[in-house]
Amino acid sequence: MKMQSVLAAKGPRLVTVSPETPIGDALKLLAEHNIGALIAVDGGRVPVGILSERDIIRSLAAGPAPTGRTVGDLMTRDVVTGSPEDDIEAVLQTMTSRHFRHLPIIDEGVLVGVVSLGDLVKALLNDYRGAVDTLETRLMTS
Amino acid sequence: MANPGTADEPLRVAIVGAGPSAFYAADHLLKQPGLNVEVDMFDRLPTPYGLVRFGVAPDHQKIKTVTRSFAETAASPHFRFYGAVEFGRDITLDEIRAHYHQVLFATGAQTDRRMGIPGEDLHGSHPATSFVAWYNGHPDYRDCQFDLSHERAVVVGVGNVAIDVARILCLTPGELMASDMAPHAVEALSVSRIREVHVLGRRGPAQAAFTTPEIKEFGALSDVDVIVRPEEAALDPLSRAFVDGASDRPLSRKIELIQAYAAQKPAGHSRRVFFRFLVSPVELLDDGAGSVGGVRVVRNVLKVSGSGSLAAEPTEEFETIAAGLVLRSVGYRGVALPDVPFHDRWGVILNERGRVLDPDSQTAIAGEYVTGWIKRGPSGVIGTNKPDSVETVTAMLEDAGAGRTFVPAAPEVEAAETLVRTRQPRCITFEDWRRLDALELEAGERCGRPRVKFTSVDEMLAALGR
Repeated sequence: MKMQSVLAAKGPRLVTVSPETPIGDALKLLAEHNIGALIAVDGGRVPVGILSERDIIRSLAAGPAPTGRTVGDLMTRDVVTGSPEDDIEAVLQTMTSRHFRHLPIIDEGVLVGVVSLGDLVKALLNDYRGAVDTLETRLMTS
Repeated sequence: MANPGTADEPLRVAIVGAGPSAFYAADHLLKQPGLNVEVDMFDRLPTPYGLVRFGVAPDHQKIKTVTRSFAETAASPHFRFYGAVEFGRDITLDEIRAHYHQVLFATGAQTDRRMGIPGEDLHGSHPATSFVAWYNGHPDYRDCQFDLSHERAVVVGVGNVAIDVARILCLTPGELMASDMAPHAVEALSVSRIREVHVLGRRGPAQAAFTTPEIKEFGALSDVDVIVRPEEAALDPLSRAFVDGASDRPLSRKIELIQAYAAQKPAGHSRRVFFRFLVSPVELLDDGAGSVGGVRVVRNVLKVSGSGSLAAEPTEEFETIAAGLVLRSVGYRGVALPDVPFHDRWGVILNERGRVLDPDSQTAIAGEYVTGWIKRGPSGVIGTNKPDSVETVTAMLEDAGAGRTFVPAAPEVEAAETLVRTRQPRCITFEDWRRLDALELEAGERCGRPRVKFTSVDEMLAALGR
């Protein structure tokens, strides 16, 4: 299955911030949208970093509360990105083995969406459920 | 005003499209305890079931038995089918808003993606979807012509549709008769001169989209040799690493089967199917008279992306496959509907978990929903549409409960019925379809076939005595 199917049903809504955004504002966005990561973009829609719950936890564990700091101070700059053409099975393998939970999707150089591990698991689960349903239908009709 | 869904004001739902996702959604709506709902299903085609009738291969009768559960849904007194009624022509979105609380678009992925290479539109090059629709008796495709006088055909793509098309080209007249293929196609394919079918996959066996039963079936056909090049069946190190890490038994079985085909000697059957991997067409060659004479292909290697997905990259190595028929099956996309937001790049109706979105504000448009391939793009098997439709119906019920619906001026069942019959006097009801279904099955029985399909609305109306 292609990443595009996951994106298509999830919708195009994207929550982005700039690296200069204060951490307090970023936390509010995470809570308001009930999401686990924000993509930091520079000017247009090109990602320059990702701020995940883990970045925030790491920062909290390391020292004083990061108030007064910016997204750019805490974000992970080395962002792994995907494409709408990616096979989700392969991406899932990468995300689980390398322990990251959000993947920005880039199409023709532009950020078009973010998929989470949860989105991929749900898509695969539906795929398996569908396959089981179809196989059962075939088995139950002689 | 109370929210719709009560005995006094039933929830009125229009479903556009009558394929699996439409029926799964109707079923889920009609089974909601305590909800009074009246569902009207429209299709531009006269018959229900969408791709189960016009997509699923005619020699795969067992898969089609899923329609039994759809017929049970249709038996509900709160369900009506209006076939041969086209959205945007016979009934508009404004008219739906005037008669229903909600509309659900389930129109599927009706067109093919293009390869984007020179020669794609030469005579003899067709989308596989047209060929499939033609042999399945789709009324819009019954007059299509496919040149079956050449010895060699190329099928581009390795999804299940590509495999279906390749298999259909390899069937003997006896095997064709055992299917419910449309009579015009049985006639044409029975005298086909095609002896070799080359199926082209741009990546390797580990990335091919077809499932194991689909290619295993070739081994069971009476007059076909399956040929795979050992060097193309072998996995490159990147694919090997993925397969080893995936512990995916069906995937391993698929690769083992492809490698078993590669190791086997041809038995000398009169037809041969070649499964090729790591090759992409770069040009369709003109035979000098405006028709396809061959396909120039480039050999690919696999490269891994940062996200771990393996993509094909062309090398400098080319070859030419002489062929007079090319069927392209490199993906499908939805078609935009009048007055409904469309995401052109993804080929779907813009939506969030089934709620249609306004493209400017990216907020949900009250009353409009989407399910199936027009929602998520073409993926999965028939059953995959069930959880997909359940997700959309859940959103519909949530919104209906919150009063976020259309506010129809005339929500009565009779009002919509009158409008539809005025606009399309030739419309086909589910009762009509039951009679047509019985007639098709009887016609099949008379000649030892599973079914003989009607392939035009005129034939159907004549059979119904209208």
